[in-house]
Amino acid sequence: MIELRDIRKAYTMGQQQLQVLKGIDLTISEGELVSIMGSSGSGKSTLLNIIGILDGYDSGDYHLAGHHIKDLSETKAAKLRNQLIGFVFQSFNLVNYKNAMENVALPLYYKGVKRAKRNAMALEYLDRVGLKDWAHHLPNELSGGQKQRVAIARALITEPALILADEPTGALDSTTSVQVMELLEEINKQGITVVIVTHENEVAERTNRIIRIKDGLIIPDAVHV
Amino acid sequence: MFETELFREILDTIRKNKLRTFLTAFSVAWGIFILIILLGTGNGLRNGVKHAFSRDAVNAIWVSGGNTTMPHAGMQPGRRIQLSIEDSSLLTSIPDAEHFSPRQNMWSLSQFTYKNKFGTDFGVRGVGPEMVIGENLQIVAGRFVNERDIAEFRKTACIGRPMQAELFEGKDPIGEWFEINDVSFQVVGVFSDAQESDERRAYIPYSTASKAFGYARGIDQFVFTIDQSSQAEATALEGLIRQRFAEQYRFNPADLRAIWVRNSYEEYSKVMGLINGIRIFIWMIGIGTILAGVVGVSNIMMITVKERTREIGIRKAIGATPWNVVSMVLFESVLITTFAGYFGMMAGIFLLEALSGQLPAADYFRNPEVDLQTALACTAVLVIAGTVAGFFPARKAASIPPIEALRDE
Repeated sequence: MIELRDIRKAYTMGQQQLQVLKGIDLTISEGELVSIMGSSGSGKSTLLNIIGILDGYDSGDYHLAGHHIKDLSETKAAKLRNQLIGFVFQSFNLVNYKNAMENVALPLYYKGVKRAKRNAMALEYLDRVGLKDWAHHLPNELSGGQKQRVAIARALITEPALILADEPTGALDSTTSVQVMELLEEINKQGITVVIVTHENEVAERTNRIIRIKDGLIIPDAVHV
Repeated sequence: MFETELFREILDTIRKNKLRTFLTAFSVAWGIFILIILLGTGNGLRNGVKHAFSRDAVNAIWVSGGNTTMPHAGMQPGRRIQLSIEDSSLLTSIPDAEHFSPRQNMWSLSQFTYKNKFGTDFGVRGVGPEMVIGENLQIVAGRFVNERDIAEFRKTACIGRPMQAELFEGKDPIGEWFEINDVSFQVVGVFSDAQESDERRAYIPYSTASKAFGYARGIDQFVFTIDQSSQAEATALEGLIRQRFAEQYRFNPADLRAIWVRNSYEEYSKVMGLINGIRIFIWMIGIGTILAGVVGVSNIMMITVKERTREIGIRKAIGATPWNVVSMVLFESVLITTFAGYFGMMAGIFLLEALSGQLPAADYFRNPEVDLQTALACTAVLVIAGTVAGFFPARKAASIPPIEALRDE
């Protein structure tokens, strides 16, 4: 599913070159539920961005679901993101002037699905996360847990092969965190690969595999829990 | 891309920012409104001038006798130069000279009688058949003076519409006889002239005029037209005419008062040149005003893009291509400018229509109007302006990296 070979990435900060990823080798198979852990500055967000085709890398090779992800044009990258990946963010990132249904339907707009059809599908996915009755509410009328569930519904609507969650529970209390994690586990059970970036042990422990990253490298002894 | 979907998407965002959209739209609408008013005014000037010149053919050259002011070949100044019909040969041999006609002014004739009706505020001109071109006349009924009238000294007349209305009380005057200072003339036609004061006339054959009213062989004036393409040498042409008459009548060719040469086209092209200059100036001001509006739109779109950085980042993350983002911003800009501009244009056109109904037609200003062509040009300007206004913000939006936009504080 995900195959990273010797991925290196550096950022230039003023005069200094900052090597963020120093040769990452990582394989994640289809249907896995994986967490990536690491302290801030460890390079885990950069890794997530590369996996999510939001950012490029300097050297190495990255294969995602049979596609060689290297030096893609922005248009191609956007198409692949739309087709393969569903994103869940810490701060939900819903479009604030669109209601829950429209937010969930948005990826389908870029896929070229007609309005009536995508709204119907959005309602279906909202129903699956238990928010059908909130379909016509704006994000600021929803609680944090509800917003994250809307975001998860949005990530699911294109039927992606991979869900990438960046600190999905970071902004939630423990009860809603558990609910969100349960939802992600349930999604995983349906065969979708889920990768969660987190620094919370409780979250990581719920996944099947924890990948620990430190100073731009994967810590080898932490492969299995 | 489904265009209606894009349109809905844009309408959604516009709806979220009503006041800002309105203010932006207003600046564009105002720009176009001003442009339309200015252009209408320019057209008014142009129409006025065209009308003022339409009394005579614009490419006509008029030659009439004057008095010498310089001594020449032993002769004292103050000598009267009286043109005669023989001078025709001096003018008809000029290259490209066409529609040649003499003219007798006959200022003294003023008594017009038909049956028991009597009029004095009319004039008579003795002319040749081609004067219909020189005076730029439209024949409304019957015919104008013709060659046989000239050759046979017929007492025929082509009269203006006011004379038909007042002397003949609107009846069909053709074939009727009336008197000019006790000499009977038969009406053969009715004409109209764009200049009202030139319409209060009767045109009679110049040969008859000389014979019936004792003008001997003298001719007051000659008129002929020349090709507009050869008008470039108008000054040279005037020199040639003066040279020929100076030889014939033995006066100093530099004596500008010995004969009078009036070149309508020279005046016409001078004034038209000025009017066209004003039109260019108006377009420049108009475009400048629109440009200010465009900069306003661009500025506000720029702020919009800045405000929507995060949203654009989200859109990109979930699959918006750069073109999706560019088209969203660009079409929003084009939509706002086109709608607003169209509104401004309509307001301008309505105001012009209202004004042209109210304003009296002055000599140099009439019918301020905007033609279809100008309206189309304005529409093109609007779409281009919208695209230009949207270009930079759109480019900025497309260059937003999604990771930057989505980064948590």
